[in-house]
Amino acid sequence: MNSKTLYDKLWDSHVVRQDADGTALIYIDRQLVHEVTSPQAFEGLKLAQRKPWRTASMLAVPDHNVPTTNRAAGIADPISRLQVETLDANCAEFGIVEFKMGDIRQGVVHVMGPEQGATLPGMTVVCGDSHTSTHGAFAALAHGIGTSEVEHVMATQCLVAKKSKAMLVKVEGLLGRGITAKDIALAVIGKIGTAGGTGYAIEFSGSAIRGLSMEGRMTLCNMAIEAGARAGMVAADDTTIEYVKGRPFAPQGENWDKAVAYWKTLHSDEGAKFDATVELDAAQIKPQVTWGTSPEMVTDINGRVPDPACAPDAVRRGDWERALQYMGLQANMPITEIKVDKVFIGSCTNARIEDMREAAAITKGKKVAANIKLAMVVPGSGLVKAQAEKEGLDKVFIEAGFEWRDPGCSMCLAMNDDRLEPGERCASTSNRNFEGRQGQGSRTHLVSPAMAAAAAIAGHFVDVSKL
Amino acid sequence: MRKFNLLDGLVVPLDRANVDTDAIIPKQFLKSIKRSGFGPNAFDEWRYLDHGEPGMDNSKRPLNPDFVLNQPRYRGAQVLLARENFGCGSSREHAPWALEDYGFQAIIAPSFADIFFNNCFKNGLLPIKLDAAIVDELFKAVAASEGYKLKVDLERQVITTPDGKETAFEVDAFRKHCLLNGLDDIGLTLQHVAEIKAFEAKHRAAQPWLYA
Repeated sequence: MNSKTLYDKLWDSHVVRQDADGTALIYIDRQLVHEVTSPQAFEGLKLAQRKPWRTASMLAVPDHNVPTTNRAAGIADPISRLQVETLDANCAEFGIVEFKMGDIRQGVVHVMGPEQGATLPGMTVVCGDSHTSTHGAFAALAHGIGTSEVEHVMATQCLVAKKSKAMLVKVEGLLGRGITAKDIALAVIGKIGTAGGTGYAIEFSGSAIRGLSMEGRMTLCNMAIEAGARAGMVAADDTTIEYVKGRPFAPQGENWDKAVAYWKTLHSDEGAKFDATVELDAAQIKPQVTWGTSPEMVTDINGRVPDPACAPDAVRRGDWERALQYMGLQANMPITEIKVDKVFIGSCTNARIEDMREAAAITKGKKVAANIKLAMVVPGSGLVKAQAEKEGLDKVFIEAGFEWRDPGCSMCLAMNDDRLEPGERCASTSNRNFEGRQGQGSRTHLVSPAMAAAAAIAGHFVDVSKL
Repeated sequence: MRKFNLLDGLVVPLDRANVDTDAIIPKQFLKSIKRSGFGPNAFDEWRYLDHGEPGMDNSKRPLNPDFVLNQPRYRGAQVLLARENFGCGSSREHAPWALEDYGFQAIIAPSFADIFFNNCFKNGLLPIKLDAAIVDELFKAVAASEGYKLKVDLERQVITTPDGKETAFEVDAFRKHCLLNGLDDIGLTLQHVAEIKAFEAKHRAAQPWLYA
């Protein structure tokens, strides 16, 4: 009786008050802050002469605007520099812990938080960034919010929210060789569409999900927003607890034991009801490659660019035609024949140590193809970078002809100097292939780190499961 | 926040699905630390023929004549008519800031992305969800008649076409109240300080590690 989903448990344990129409105040345990979506929130606080409710719940890091080369010279673009300096000043003024650009702990906010143990199971986590869904990998309720909400959480420690519906995405079976969490994420989006999860919180479950590392689970939950769901989550288990143990912000001593006992309850109960269920067979998932300008425009490596004449309706036919034109692709072209100009391995989706290892394993002893103008690896944080260097992965990449950069969001959204030129085609481990996302006129193909590395070596997309 | 009153606004049709917030306001404009002034860069990459950067004089930039917002008949539009999943992608509130600053007060679409939908209400912008078939009819009607306007009555939750046909829409009671009265969420939430403090004490006792 009264079986609860993981989402029910996380929601119920944070409701401060709820009105008859379902509008609730939800208590927020952790707010992560970066430089792009916070300045107006801090300004709003100051104008209203308010103070943050609980600064200890906040953790800040600059990531979107930071350069990935020659950091000693600072940030060249004065507007970017001002934004980062504004974050520094606001954190100093209010006493908020910030890992600044020179700090080894600095990195992409969604890599840094979990790495520090600042994201814990059972928490509510918010950040003015849609990829906050990443943190749901820890059986946390985590989602992106707008700047007005950032200010609201700062001032009140709460968020005004209504409960979403619950969707279960179940992936059973064993993943094939070379198939990663990124391929699962893209396959799910291909199946339900970029609006398929709108209005839902998605729980990922099944044996294939339980078999993923925390890095893989983060990749998967990160992409929940690309399926339209503000929150993605995975039940806590031994993998979760092992990952968290000993991290700087993780509980210690007696608190650790208490926390672990609680975390072990963070799963959906037997018989819990979901509003929608989607099932995938892990064994059927092939390496995924997007061909268009929305993450749902995806197929597998053995597929072809679709023909707009075969689109299911007129709106989609128009969208596909526009996408093919923008991407410079012909209908029915095999994916393996698409040549790329640049390769980007990085972002909050795929810049953790496991991603570095997967890409390095493909790269080892090979050379980047002659037609590749730039192949770059941007680790997710200073600590990921240091670990990779300890393992000699940097040398693998550099010897192959990759550039080995400093951590940040980089070419995922091209707010710093890392961007594509108009018409350039990129194999990218990031999360969005929107028009202009990686620079005006940029052409993005979303893939896993292994697929990106393989494309760098071959000069075009190849099937990593056959390598 | 500005109060949302009755609107009788010119409608501009943006006929594509999955319009993302990167398209609504490209990333280079997110470097601003202000909340205002994004309107001239709304849909920047579609709207202008050159590459836009912060600090440019937008009045001197070459407009893309093919982009619908640039067509003279849609000048001064206050209602944006769009397709499925409008506002998907990034959580940037700069997107509703840009639309509001451009002059839009309402957006009509069959569906919206969740975060964008929320962000609109914080900025006096009303997102209206209507059935895809009704939206399709509106696209046809707008194309057929220059100067096509819609009346939006938030209090009664109806839109009215020029020929007097009314269509009801849903809106969350709390958000409607805030929008009609121009209320700031934070002020409202701070009326519940005692409840938040009581919750916090209970939460701290149950999960002390969150406060260690």
